[in-house]
Amino acid sequence: MRLSIGARASVLSAVILVVFLLAWHIAVRGTTTGGPAMDPEYAKLMGLTATQGKSAMPGPLDVGAKLIEHARRPFYDNGPNDKGIGIQLGWSILRVAAGYGLAVLLAIPLGFLIGMSPMVSRALDPFIQILKPVSPLAWMPLALYTIKDSGASAIFVIFICSVWPMLVNTAFGVASVRKEWLNVARTLEVGPWRRAFTVILPAAAPTILTGMRISIGIAWLVIVAAEMLVGGTGIGYFVWNEWNNLSITNVITAILVIGLVGMLLDQMLARAARAVTFPE
Amino acid sequence: MNDRFISFEGIARRYPAPGGAQTTIFEDLWLGVPKGEFVCVIGHSGCGKTTLLNILAGLDAPNGGVVLVDGKEISGPSLDRAVIFQGHALLPWRTVLGNVAYAVSSRHPKKSKAEVEEHAKRFIKLVGLEGSEHKRPAELSGGMKQRVGIARALSIEPKILLMDEPFSALDALTRGTLQEEVRRICRETGQTVFMITHDVDEAIYLADRIVLMTNGPGAMVAETVVNPLPVDRERTDLHKNPAYYPLRNHLIDFLVTRSRTFRDAVPADRDPRRPPAVTIPVPQPAESLRTVA
Ligand SMILES: Nc1ncnc2c1ncn2[C@@H]1O[C@H](COP(=O)(O)OP(=O)(O)OP(=O)(O)O)[C@@H](O)[C@H]1O
Ligand SMILES: [Mg+2]
Repeated sequence: MRLSIGARASVLSAVILVVFLLAWHIAVRGTTTGGPAMDPEYAKLMGLTATQGKSAMPGPLDVGAKLIEHARRPFYDNGPNDKGIGIQLGWSILRVAAGYGLAVLLAIPLGFLIGMSPMVSRALDPFIQILKPVSPLAWMPLALYTIKDSGASAIFVIFICSVWPMLVNTAFGVASVRKEWLNVARTLEVGPWRRAFTVILPAAAPTILTGMRISIGIAWLVIVAAEMLVGGTGIGYFVWNEWNNLSITNVITAILVIGLVGMLLDQMLARAARAVTFPE
Repeated sequence: MNDRFISFEGIARRYPAPGGAQTTIFEDLWLGVPKGEFVCVIGHSGCGKTTLLNILAGLDAPNGGVVLVDGKEISGPSLDRAVIFQGHALLPWRTVLGNVAYAVSSRHPKKSKAEVEEHAKRFIKLVGLEGSEHKRPAELSGGMKQRVGIARALSIEPKILLMDEPFSALDALTRGTLQEEVRRICRETGQTVFMITHDVDEAIYLADRIVLMTNGPGAMVAETVVNPLPVDRERTDLHKNPAYYPLRNHLIDFLVTRSRTFRDAVPADRDPRRPPAVTIPVPQPAESLRTVA
């Protein structure tokens, strides 16, 4: 009997996971498994592990336990340095949503303009070419200095990093709408607004959505780094804070959760992209 | 007025050529089309047929001269002149009904959605696509797509129908059926049609008059040929008519040699404003056959 490709792939995935978890478990065996290592004597312990060749890494069981713990109480709030992972994630998602939303509002209309007017396209091209490759974090000091608010600065950084792929893709999608579809609209005397919404937008939508999908991925990458810098709240800050607490278990947990949320965001956009794609 | 319902008056079209020069596609071109007439333009590839049609459609502007429709100079595309594009040009994200309804709602912006759909369905039925209203263009065969294009163009009930090699991408069988339908519909409605084709038999079957264009650059309308076949002709019986072969030979002869040599021997008295209207004499033996029968 032969299983389908899908079934075989699932089996292989499961095998890889089990092998990985086992290897991880065996590799860190012998470490004290006493929950989050907030022990002020951790430094001494480090010395001990160093001398005795033991690992300070938590094992998969520790991380699993931590995940369950977080899942049970995602939204607790014990002051600025001890909040549930759900609250921290919420902050990050909120910032991404705000920065990304602003980027959509700017990039799509501007991309339309660039795509429709070769003159505007040429005029803006040097600015886009120079600003696009700048790491979004390089904007951070400027944002902090001018906006003077760390939360808003993080949102600005998300905005600036999500704007480029959407802008470039929208402009490209709009500029490459098939001439014959535009001619159909012209011969039917369709006005410019109706043409934009009934011909150009649907024709360019798959390209625009591709840009939006790239953007959300980048935004989710950048938010972690941005929050590490500005501090206060958010999953990035959580990671940095737990590193300072030397809780590797929490850091690994956060990595998993960040990956999970990133995947969900990507899937959402992928689904939207499928909905606007048309077969030719 | 009605014998120049469409009137090309001295139009010219030039494109910049490499090295700062200009290529003249055609120049000082005059042509009139009476109302209700079905005109086919034939000529070699690249002579400027599409350019001519696009200028009439308003999608392209001439570098000189004007085009009058019903006595008025055209300035850009209009709902009065519907175009059936060579590559069907359906909007792939819309269904058959959506594509036709898009045209109908452009023509009648005040109609309700239900009225628009009902109007669109009437034309979908006319081209024999009932039952496929909710399919998308990707789910249709080439012939069906072209039918949607025809329904879309007819649904706005234009004064003039423009067709740029509408059937050239279809197989012979589908092409034949669509030619018959287009001829039926256009005859029933007395539609004025300006059509481009490569296919001599298509021109003979469909056209009331055939416009012969010489090779470019600098293409000219050599003459227009009046189609002597009866109006109630059958596509499959064309060759039985005694006028068929002389007409066909004349057209083929034009395409093979005269389209190339015409410019070298332009008649001295040729008036570019009035390209001669030629009638091909029908050979007489047919007469004796008829008396025998
Ligand atoms: N945008 C353009 N720039 C320069 N030359 C052009 C342009 N468009 C068309 N031409 C030239 O104009 C001439 C006429 O083109 P047109 O498309 O009207 O030919 P056609 O008679 O329709 O040919 P076919 O039968 O192959 O469709 C061609 O020689 C072509 O090279
Ligand atoms: Mg052409």
